[in-house]
Amino acid sequence: MQMTIKVKVENLTKIFGRSPKAVLKKVQEGMSKEEVLKKTGHTLGINNVSFEVKEGEIFVIMGLSGSGKSTLIRCLNLLNVPTDGKIYVDGENIVAYDKHQLREYRQKKVAMVFQHFGLFTHRTVIKNVEYGLEVRNIPPGKRYEIARKVLATVGLEGWEFKYPTQLSGGMQQRVGLARALANDPDILLMDEPFSALDPLIRREMQLELLDMQAKLKKTIIFITHDVNEAFKLGDRVAMMRDGKIEQIGTPEEIFSTPANEYIENFVKDIDKTKIIQAKNIMFKPAALISLKDGLNVAAKEMERNGISSVFVVDSERRLLGLVTIDDTVKAIKEHKTLIDILRHEYNTTGPETYIQDLLPIATESKYPIAVVDENNKFLGIIVRVSVLSALI
Amino acid sequence: MNNFPAFLHLKLGIYVKYFVDWLIKNFGEFFEALTEALLWFLGQVESFFLWLPWWVVVGGVCFLGWRLRKLSTGITFALLMLLIGSFKLWDATMATMALVLTSVVFSLVIGIPLGILMAYSERTSTLMKPVLDAMQTMPSFVYLIPAVMLFNLGKVPATFATIIYAVPPVMRLTELGIRRVPREMVEAAHSFGSTAWQTLVKVQLPQALPTIMTGINQTTMMALSMVVIASMIGAKGLGMEIMIAISRLDIARGFEAGISVVILAIIIDRLSQGLVHKFKFPE
Ligand SMILES: Nc1ncnc2c1ncn2[C@@H]1O[C@H](COP(=O)(O)OP(=O)(O)O)[C@@H](O)[C@H]1O
Ligand SMILES: [Mg+2]
Repeated sequence: MQMTIKVKVENLTKIFGRSPKAVLKKVQEGMSKEEVLKKTGHTLGINNVSFEVKEGEIFVIMGLSGSGKSTLIRCLNLLNVPTDGKIYVDGENIVAYDKHQLREYRQKKVAMVFQHFGLFTHRTVIKNVEYGLEVRNIPPGKRYEIARKVLATVGLEGWEFKYPTQLSGGMQQRVGLARALANDPDILLMDEPFSALDPLIRREMQLELLDMQAKLKKTIIFITHDVNEAFKLGDRVAMMRDGKIEQIGTPEEIFSTPANEYIENFVKDIDKTKIIQAKNIMFKPAALISLKDGLNVAAKEMERNGISSVFVVDSERRLLGLVTIDDTVKAIKEHKTLIDILRHEYNTTGPETYIQDLLPIATESKYPIAVVDENNKFLGIIVRVSVLSALI
Repeated sequence: MNNFPAFLHLKLGIYVKYFVDWLIKNFGEFFEALTEALLWFLGQVESFFLWLPWWVVVGGVCFLGWRLRKLSTGITFALLMLLIGSFKLWDATMATMALVLTSVVFSLVIGIPLGILMAYSERTSTLMKPVLDAMQTMPSFVYLIPAVMLFNLGKVPATFATIIYAVPPVMRLTELGIRRVPREMVEAAHSFGSTAWQTLVKVQLPQALPTIMTGINQTTMMALSMVVIASMIGAKGLGMEIMIAISRLDIARGFEAGISVVILAIIIDRLSQGLVHKFKFPE
């Protein structure tokens, strides 16, 4: 991942009400959200938030409803004007933009996907996707061309001339995504884009987003209230509570060292099967046999470690197969070689497979699961008990 | 004892007269210019309608009825128009149509921008609402009084009174239509860097269009009813025919003119409602 900072937010505060500037001082003196509401009638949307988003990463902002996620993301394209603080995009403070600069920024650099899609119901699907280009006065022929291409990338070929309301929820959000992508923005702002969808469609859309991101490498700021979604999609996750960010880190970091009790409680609910990967639970086997070692070494190693089977690799640690103790003993008597008795009815997996997908294999497999990389190089093994114990 | 006390005599009317006199003295040129403009516009429209051969009008109504509704509707409308012609009321009908069309055009030119303004500005809205309420509760007759005061008798005050009477629905429904555009949709437009004008023209007005069309339909119907009443102050047309028939107790003539007004109302209503449907998009 590149390390360029794309978006840098510094001490951002947003207060809703009649005279937010006056209330700002009290907030800075440490008045809480409830106090502010009770004493001044103002709502503290976000309170002194700072973070950085790197180019090309998916940065997830996660928090319960009302924690200020939407308020925050809407500041990033100035649909909300911050009460205080700075937002640097590519080094420029967008809060200080004049009307003209802001329009340019919105037209070229940033696009938003909305929770309830925000589609123009009076326009056909393709006219929706063309909207951003139309606003920029791109000629009709060219924008039609672009819109068709983008619609194809989200899998909506053939739906161009339907109206949004004639589409299912999942398809409508694909239109929303296509509309945002048509301008080829650097930054995608996604405010709970999948929250209104059925769980099944939602999973599908999450995977497609990851696929798409692998190709397009946008900087994505993604909002969700679902911890599982946050940890599944986020390269890094910011946990929000009452308008403040409580912790920022990779899913692993937050999972293994939650900053406080609040986050710990959150992470408890996480479906671990969707975060923990094969590489997190695999281990080096006690014994590993090289092809040139021969039958006697194999027999001895198994005996010494009290195991009934062992994996066999070649000189470059590429996995060749597995031998059992019974076969080995028999083969020694019959003067066969190691190659003759190699078995292949074990399972292999990649290091990044989630244990959700390992569970069914692990429970039915007779032998340990071998973890190999894309060159079939042996990395480690996973036994049933380590899969199960990871879930506790 | 039963008489209202004589000393309670407030001469309010005289002050209103002073006020109107003052208006005419100071803004006389403005009213004259307005009269000129209205007269010119009316003249153009009226001579256009009278220039149109009758069969073009009948054919046009038939075609519109067919396209906006169905073929049988178009044919029915054509037959009804022929019926009016057979009453020897063709010219009167065209005069009425010219007045209605002129009033509607002016009502829309005034009403739609004001409706947009009301949707954008809370202050304008709270200011205008009671005015519109009052305008709609007042009997239509009442509009004739200021119109006559300012413009004397004739077509111009008739048109003026009709515009004032017919403008509220399109204003209200324009405001309503724009206010009802979902917030997320307007924000989406902003998020792509639309100017205020682009947001209005590409999103808010098209979204509000079905509602605005309903407003236009109502405005047109109100204009028609007012044009008939406005014949009291000298607007020629079907209304005038009815007035004459009443004053002469000519039942036959009154009946024919009355039926013609009803036919006109039905045709205009159905056609403009058909138009409303044409502007609907799948919700
Ligand atoms: N336009 C607004 N006016 C007043 N209060 C608002 C406005 N938008 C959001 N809020 C308040 O700000 C807080 C954060 O809201 P929001 O950012 O929408 O939360 P989330 O998206 O995390 O559910 C809430 O208390 C909400 O009521
Ligand atoms: Mg929200």
